[in-house]
Amino acid sequence: MSTDELSVPAALAPGAEAAAGDGAGAERNGEPVVDAREVTRHYLLGRDTVVEALRGVSLTVPPGAFVSIVGPSGSGKSTLLNLLGALDRPTSGSLRFSGRDVADLSDAELAALRNTDIGFVFQQFHLLARTSARDNVALPLVYRGAGRRERQRRATEALDLVGLSHRRDHSPAELSGGEQQRVAIARALVSEPHLLLADEPTGNLDSQTGTEIMELLQDLNARAGVALVVITHDPEVAALAPVQLPIRDGVLDQDRASASALAPAPPASGPADAEPSEGSPPR
Amino acid sequence: MRSGESVRVAAGAIAANRLRAGLTALGVVIGVMSVVLLISVGTGARSEITGQLEALGSNLVFAVPGGFEGGPTEGGGPSRSPFTADAIDDLANDLAGQAEVTGTLTSGEQARGPAGQTGVSAFGTTGSYDAVTDTDVTRGAFFSDADADTGRRVAVLGPSAAEELFGERDPLGQQVTLAGVGFEVVGLVEEAGTTFGVDADLQVLVPLRAAQELFGIQRVDTVLVRAPSPDALPGVVDEVEASLAQSIDEDRFSVLTQDDILGVVGDVLGTLTFVLAAIAGISLLVAGIGVSNIMLVSVSERTREIGLRKALGARTRDITSQFLIEALLLCGLGGLVGLGLGIGLAEVAEAVSPLPAEVTWWAIALAFGTSLGVGIVFGVLPARRAGRLDPAVALRHE
Repeated sequence: MSTDELSVPAALAPGAEAAAGDGAGAERNGEPVVDAREVTRHYLLGRDTVVEALRGVSLTVPPGAFVSIVGPSGSGKSTLLNLLGALDRPTSGSLRFSGRDVADLSDAELAALRNTDIGFVFQQFHLLARTSARDNVALPLVYRGAGRRERQRRATEALDLVGLSHRRDHSPAELSGGEQQRVAIARALVSEPHLLLADEPTGNLDSQTGTEIMELLQDLNARAGVALVVITHDPEVAALAPVQLPIRDGVLDQDRASASALAPAPPASGPADAEPSEGSPPR
Repeated sequence: MRSGESVRVAAGAIAANRLRAGLTALGVVIGVMSVVLLISVGTGARSEITGQLEALGSNLVFAVPGGFEGGPTEGGGPSRSPFTADAIDDLANDLAGQAEVTGTLTSGEQARGPAGQTGVSAFGTTGSYDAVTDTDVTRGAFFSDADADTGRRVAVLGPSAAEELFGERDPLGQQVTLAGVGFEVVGLVEEAGTTFGVDADLQVLVPLRAAQELFGIQRVDTVLVRAPSPDALPGVVDEVEASLAQSIDEDRFSVLTQDDILGVVGDVLGTLTFVLAAIAGISLLVAGIGVSNIMLVSVSERTREIGLRKALGARTRDITSQFLIEALLLCGLGGLVGLGLGIGLAEVAEAVSPLPAEVTWWAIALAFGTSLGVGIVFGVLPARRAGRLDPAVALRHE
């Protein structure tokens, strides 16, 4: 079999039960946060050179799970991140967020999905300069038409979660790298997403601060029940996740994933397994 | 995204690049200022001239040298005027009992009085000038036709001429010297005001034949006829044409009513104003290109921010409207400053220069509306480019 089917059992996600308790929990319960089947992504380079960045990836992230995707540069990590973040659409295969197939969604609906379901944490933090920590955190709420007072209240709450509410009026330039990443995490959390997608979250931080940021992310995953996918090239960071999915040459490495102590064997009954002949990826 | 929030974000983006935004808006400022100023001056000139014409009264008929509609004919123009003092006398006789007739001959001359000397407009005219042009004589009396016919050396002064030549003295009965010849002042006329910086009150009116003799010419520049009522105008026009045609070739003169002149003057000045405004409008167009250029730079610089906003849930529409509002705000602010400067300069021009200026609401609306239109037209391209950015690519933009 040429593709990898990896599923992270909900039981491994410590926050799954807690997640069911809050407002969005009912939606999270049952449907996987992300469900990718035989996903490929090809780019056209120049006139007729096709780059197969992803060559058939299947991946299921249940609510509250913590998964790391680890691989060197050029492995297809960034392409996978774009897809898992609903920033891009697959060339083939199906990609579902809480049961909604991106193929059925318009660009505007995809934007709304990013707004409500996904929280991004970037390596470069991506905070708006000359904008207070609180207004940075409140930014996603702007795009759902929330009033100023509500935005400020929820942004302050989110900053509380990352222990930075006392720095809410500071601009990014006045914050340390670790603090900036905490603000970015608060921004990712403010819309109460189902999925926290962290792209090299410690890449621009010293190791001590990096460890603190990973602890914070793990804590939020455990406490708030938000599924956490960390994409990294750093094996140490990847090792923090109960499930590690190595990626190489555009495919998830099943052997190494299976060898991971915490990852269970792929479940025998998944939709992808039901039709094993389907979707042999282009090579 | 709420529109109030879009305006706030756009204002923040402009504030973050004050110098650049200011320089870009400067083009709009200058464009709007020019449009307002030039339209104001054009409108002012038009109302000043039409005001002067209307002040003469609405029942006037003019006979002027040359063709009117088709431009000057050969032999046209005041210097080759076909009218003579005799023709005016004949016309007055023909129209006796129907309409008042006068003629004028104008020349710039040096005049001297007890208080000093000055350049004046010397008018040669007939005794019915005051009645035809509806000019009030404030002191003394206008000279009579008998004075005019005999070439008696009497003069009527405008207020400024009286002041320059006689100062505090009473000019009545005194002598004023015009081109070296003495005239006795018999009357003073009311104030006529200033047109384009020329003081119309700096005038000396003398009998027509005396003036012809003095200047050594036989012509009369303009024939003026006052009809008793607007209803009588068409009949009077026909009579004047028929009477003058007895002694003068029909191609060498035109007979016009005040409405004819107002119409043509209005058309000419209206066209002039439009052309001036259009030239100013070109500067607004250039300003718009500058806005477009800077907005493209701004989109390019903020590619990562756009990627981030899209990742956080901004739709294409949110990003497009954000940048469109930024362009509109830039042009709107520039437009407001330009309006202020344009109105201010128009007021200054009106106050201190001979140029008349009249700021009208439609000039303000046109200039400001155009600046906003420029913002929309030239903001669309950068805004669409921003909105179309692929978030995955934009986020990794270096």
